[in-house]
Amino acid sequence: MKQAFRYPLRKLYLALLLIFLYAPLMVLIVYSFNKSGDMGGFTGFSFKWYIELFTNPRNDGVLQALYITLAVAALSSVISTVFGTIAALGIYAYRRGVRNAILNITYLPMLNPDIVTGVSLMVVMTFARLPFGFLTLLLSHIGFNVPYVIFSVLPKLGQVDTRTYEAALDLGATPGRAIRKVVIPQIMPGIITGGLLAFTLSLDDFVISYFCSGEVQNLSVLVYSMARKGVTPELNALSTLMFIVVLGLLLLINRRSDSVISF
Amino acid sequence: MPEKLIELQHITKVFDGVTVLDDVDFYINRNEFITLLGPSGCGKTTTLRILGGFEKPDEGRVLFEGVDITTIPPYKRQLNTVFQRYALFPHMNVFDNIAFGLHINKRPKDEVRQRVMDALRLVDLTGFEYRHVDSLSGGQQQRVAIARAIVNRPQVLLLDEPLAALDLKMRKGMQRELKEMQQQLGITFVYVTHDQEEALTMSDTIVVMNGGVLQQIGPPTSIYNEPKNRFVARFIGESNILDGIMPKDCLVRFGGAEFECVDTGFAPDEAVDVVVRPEDIYIVDEKNGHITGEVISVTFMGMFNEIIVRADDGFEWRIQDTGSRPVGSRVGLIVRPDDIHIMPQPKDSTEAVEVNVFDADAAEEAFAEELEPDPAAMEDKGYDA
Amino acid sequence: MTRKSLSYPYLVWMALFILLPLGLIIYYSVTSDNGGFTLEHFSRFLEKDYLMVLARSLWLALICTVICLLLGYPAAYILASRTLKRANMLLVLFLLPMWMNFLLRTYAWAFLLERGGIIYTFLQKIGISDPPPMLNTQGAIVLGMVYNFLPFMVLPIYTALSKMDHHLVEAAYDLGATPVRVFGKITLPLSMPGVISGITMVFMPSASTFVISKLLGGGKQMLIGDLIESQFTIYRNWHFGSAVSIVLMLFILLSMRMVNGASEADLDRGKSREKRRRRA
Repeated sequence: MKQAFRYPLRKLYLALLLIFLYAPLMVLIVYSFNKSGDMGGFTGFSFKWYIELFTNPRNDGVLQALYITLAVAALSSVISTVFGTIAALGIYAYRRGVRNAILNITYLPMLNPDIVTGVSLMVVMTFARLPFGFLTLLLSHIGFNVPYVIFSVLPKLGQVDTRTYEAALDLGATPGRAIRKVVIPQIMPGIITGGLLAFTLSLDDFVISYFCSGEVQNLSVLVYSMARKGVTPELNALSTLMFIVVLGLLLLINRRSDSVISF
Repeated sequence: MPEKLIELQHITKVFDGVTVLDDVDFYINRNEFITLLGPSGCGKTTTLRILGGFEKPDEGRVLFEGVDITTIPPYKRQLNTVFQRYALFPHMNVFDNIAFGLHINKRPKDEVRQRVMDALRLVDLTGFEYRHVDSLSGGQQQRVAIARAIVNRPQVLLLDEPLAALDLKMRKGMQRELKEMQQQLGITFVYVTHDQEEALTMSDTIVVMNGGVLQQIGPPTSIYNEPKNRFVARFIGESNILDGIMPKDCLVRFGGAEFECVDTGFAPDEAVDVVVRPEDIYIVDEKNGHITGEVISVTFMGMFNEIIVRADDGFEWRIQDTGSRPVGSRVGLIVRPDDIHIMPQPKDSTEAVEVNVFDADAAEEAFAEELEPDPAAMEDKGYDA
Repeated sequence: MTRKSLSYPYLVWMALFILLPLGLIIYYSVTSDNGGFTLEHFSRFLEKDYLMVLARSLWLALICTVICLLLGYPAAYILASRTLKRANMLLVLFLLPMWMNFLLRTYAWAFLLERGGIIYTFLQKIGISDPPPMLNTQGAIVLGMVYNFLPFMVLPIYTALSKMDHHLVEAAYDLGATPVRVFGKITLPLSMPGVISGITMVFMPSASTFVISKLLGGGKQMLIGDLIESQFTIYRNWHFGSAVSIVLMLFILLSMRMVNGASEADLDRGKSREKRRRRA
């Protein structure tokens, strides 16, 4: 029982910070179960808004936005993972000077404020006369995801012993097969990290989507457009559902990798 | 009559303005154990990489059974390589590592299994096939690397410092095993090392290289006994090397005395390098010696004592003798005529490049460099095929 | 075929989606509608109102960064100190809110802070009969920034601290240092890389945000992000919008340079002190 009283100040401090971080989440979650529609006061527990979300036609826009968000996140993360990995393999073959030049340019979108990246992409797309919509949204997401994939994969490439690639050639594999059978498996952790990062970033992005999506709305853009009139309780319900899904996934991953359970 | 298998013809290779191989020209016979020997940076590894197809020479050709293979990529060559530090595929188990080449060549499953098992038996690793390569000791990884290469039945096996990462005892054992394996398989081994003792015990032929230039080629005994120049003499075994003058055939003057010798063909009074191996010097009483001096140190080395004698002219002789003399005593030294090796003095500066290979630290450092090449240089080579 | 050719598609992409956009922004910032060269957009920014916007943005971002550092460092220190069980899971708890939509989280604060909202009611209950307005103030904007960007400060500092070799701390104690001195001489300097990247990761988004100021500032406190956004979406003045974007980029690069410069100067001083000591 002594344990509970060790470092009470530290625990109190962390607890206060966590309350600060979770307060708005709790509000959203609590009000998603509220009987009444406005956020005035809690009038009783109900699953009403969860049912409304999937049945009431007025929420078609919300579901559509959810679909857009997931589709863009899935497509952009897969495409940028493949594209970024191939790019990293190529970039790694350059001499240091050229490689650093390429990487510095690649680093620009990560260094620039999102809003600058957003408006500059918007300008280019207008310039190229691309009609704003799903395609431009997808392209902009690939645009900011690829650098993250490249910077996840490159350090792993640095750890690969070049001689294992040469050994594969020596044993009769063509360069393409040697990369597929020997290099790719060794950099897989970096590829997966990059892909997950891309998916997360895409899911949560607002600023760049705002400038590049036109009439198409993902969830963030939808919430922004609703903010003036007030966010509907169905949106609270949806975000609660999404939060629970993410929580579940994280617990699952942690259980499998045993990193949280074992300490 | 030995049969030429590989010919390297006038190979020159330049990296970033530095000539790492300068007109290297020699041939390799079928079924011989040939060793490329030299200090770090001498070009031996580059030579091996050219044989393996990982580098292309800037000038010169490589012939295999008379056919030019200079521009043939590695995956189309009949050679297999055992890499420095093994380069095992870390994401595969022992079996899959060894079977890699057979899978690539689409051999049937039964044959793959049979041949992998045979290879494992040959390297004494039966029962390890499903172990992960990371769980193996250095010596076991070494064996997997060898098995992975020989399972493809190459005509030539290239070995790049394969024993460098092993400890001394294991190295000795593997030296013997490799030699036996080579005889059992009846294939050609091209072996790269910086360890002169390893080269002397294992090889049929030794190629001594320094600064990208071939210094001497021949069987171990002639390399040891008849070094062609100061570099070879220093690099192979320990030596006393002195400046001398040949007044006439079979007579040489060095260390303040004249000696009979067996060498002929020098111009009168030509300046020469004189090499005397430490085990070829006899310590006698002062009055009987050709050279006289004072014992300045005696070190017990196990099989013999290493005795340093400072001659009256100041030269410090390194002598290996089973007997001993008290430090500070006056002694005489005797050298027999056929133990005196006379070499012409180098004419150009490249041959005069000296590497103090007896400095253990320097050798270790040089060796570490070779193991861990400049990352920039390595990366630049990248994965280009 | 060389392996370099694998990068060619990306190089084209890089030119089209990284270099060209920035090039166009630069182009628009120095041209007028008829295409001629001009610096009028930059000189327009020198008007008092716009300079106020810039100053306000940098000032609020600075306050936010300082608060995040003051709140985040102790949190990271506690999490990395291994005095608590389950520190690992606590760290996950710190990062978890980031998985809820950023706009919704911010919106929820508006709801908490508004007149008649939960905090208002709470304050009234504990005896403050007429609490001051909280929503649509600079304070609300800073709160929203701190709330959203605090994890960006905690994570890099935590990483730096947990990578630190604990033997160094033990050695310092062994040599007679007090806990305060150990912190000042060992822990803090070694965690500086984490602090630097934390500052970067907090300052940049808070200096350029326009969402937080819209949702929690009620549009009354215009920040430089709002200015850029309005130029591109409402006024359609790409030239001025581009010029402001470039000013923002320059200020952020400059502040990053200052932060990095300060930490490097620190290291250099350390080195020269070391040298002097060795010579002595």
